[in-house]
Amino acid sequence: MRHFFTILGHEVRMLLVSPSTYIAAVAFLAFMGFIFAGILSEYSTTPQESSPAVAFFELFWVPVIFMVPLLTMKSISEERRLGTLETLLTTPVSTGEVVLGKYGAAYLLYLSLWAGTGGLFFILHRFTQDSFLLDLGPLLGGYLFIAVSGLLFVAVGIFASSLSRNQAVAGILGVVLLFGLIIGTQLLSGVATINLEVFAPVKAGLEYTRVFQHLEDFSRGIVDTRQLLFYVSATCLTLVCSVLGLEVKLIHS
Amino acid sequence: MSDSTPAIAVSHLVKNYAGVTAVSNISFSVAKGEILGFLGPNGAGKSTTMRILTGFLPATSGSVEICGHSVATDTAAVKRIIGYMPENNPLPEDMRVSEYLYYRGRLKEMGRRQLGPRIDELLELCDLKRVRHRIIGKLSKGFRQRIGIAEAILAEPPVIIMDEPTIGLDPHQILIVRDLIARLRGRMTVIISSHILPEIEMTCDRVLIINQGRVVASGEPAALKRELLGRARYAVEIMAESADLAGVISAIEPSLEITSETTPDAEGFRTFELSAEHDSDFSEALMGALATDDRFRLRALSRDNPTLEDVFLAATKRSWDVVDRAANDRKNDPLKSKISK
Repeated sequence: MRHFFTILGHEVRMLLVSPSTYIAAVAFLAFMGFIFAGILSEYSTTPQESSPAVAFFELFWVPVIFMVPLLTMKSISEERRLGTLETLLTTPVSTGEVVLGKYGAAYLLYLSLWAGTGGLFFILHRFTQDSFLLDLGPLLGGYLFIAVSGLLFVAVGIFASSLSRNQAVAGILGVVLLFGLIIGTQLLSGVATINLEVFAPVKAGLEYTRVFQHLEDFSRGIVDTRQLLFYVSATCLTLVCSVLGLEVKLIHS
Repeated sequence: MSDSTPAIAVSHLVKNYAGVTAVSNISFSVAKGEILGFLGPNGAGKSTTMRILTGFLPATSGSVEICGHSVATDTAAVKRIIGYMPENNPLPEDMRVSEYLYYRGRLKEMGRRQLGPRIDELLELCDLKRVRHRIIGKLSKGFRQRIGIAEAILAEPPVIIMDEPTIGLDPHQILIVRDLIARLRGRMTVIISSHILPEIEMTCDRVLIINQGRVVASGEPAALKRELLGRARYAVEIMAESADLAGVISAIEPSLEITSETTPDAEGFRTFELSAEHDSDFSEALMGALATDDRFRLRALSRDNPTLEDVFLAATKRSWDVVDRAANDRKNDPLKSKISK
């Protein structure tokens, strides 16, 4: 595991010195700012039942589906395309350490981008002093949800990156996989046929994996260990698949 | 591990890529401290063999041992004792030179304290001091190539494998690299592949020529020349009739014969090429006989020194012939006995 920290440190360092990180961060925050401003103007015209944090985190999927693949698509594809994967894997480093190191760096970046959105709530609190607008429960629940679900989303992005040497392909694959995971489960559970007796087990499974349901629970302050287990186990599985995806390409190269 | 263990022992190595045989039954061994040159035309299987030696690619069959560790079963140990520079020398574009070496040193499990002085030493050795804070992506090919070499010898591994280290270097830089490799002689085992044959001839103790995934010749450069080219060749510039000349030279040595002749130039001189079946030197006898004979006017006589290039061409041509004849029974291959030497 000692190489994990070497690779993680290296990746984080490369992210910090790369201008594209800052451009991505600014674009992300600008986008989230627009969403936030939109929500607030909605609140100023009509009275709402829930706090703005709930409405804000309900739109989490928009940045996730487009940002996560952009953050992760480069990680393994680039190494493979440049050929530096060869020099990396001829040192005493295992493929698992490479995948984990890259995953760790991407996840830290993901977290720090979301942490930036905390500034929006800070500004809101500073200028309104309204306790309804800044309900701490849904806010913390929302961030906890982002941190826990991000484990899986970033892992899916890394998995997509391990499958192709082409960054664009990895990116599109990542978008499709995340769309299927977040929106796909939601759409599927809305289909009428799923309510048939025959599909009862499918429906139960779908309820269990429905990301929006998780968000709702977290926002209400319910931290269900089943959901935590779902994200942690799915993350492990995806990372194992990424390692296999990396190795299978070496064997058949 | 006793000292008699070869640094690299490859036996019956085979690698198939989706039905194409890249490496077909290669066997060789390299002693500790030896520098081996790896030659072969493009697509002969050099890079594939090197990648298998490093444990990056798995072999289809056969075994490879590096300092007694099997590459297939003990990959982690093998990766600790090799330094590898791949073909085309891939480097990250957006790192600084000293940063990159530091990162690679950490990956190779070197201590933080020893790494600093070692990097300074290597930057000095590879003439990289001026560019240590520059970004790798903006450096010229020569610098990048030397960064790759510095990286390969960074952790002072007992075995170093370099795939075309001198490609794209200017003569001055080639000289630096040659000195660098010569400095490793005796301490480290080195395998280099190259297309620049004089390079190999000057630096390597032994040469291995492969073609079509097979070893076609192996041995010291001088011995290979004797064996593959076997013949002494002479070039004579002389004013003479070929029949007269043939008579005189066969009197000196029966196997000596004219292999080619040119048309007379303005002054009537022609260049004849002579060859004898064995290697002893007849220059003096030829000179004496031709100069004293009244029928001839001798202008120049020289003995051809075959280069490794000739050996390379002869060896690969011979193997193409073998392949063409499709009667290639490996068990009866006379080269086989030499391979295991």
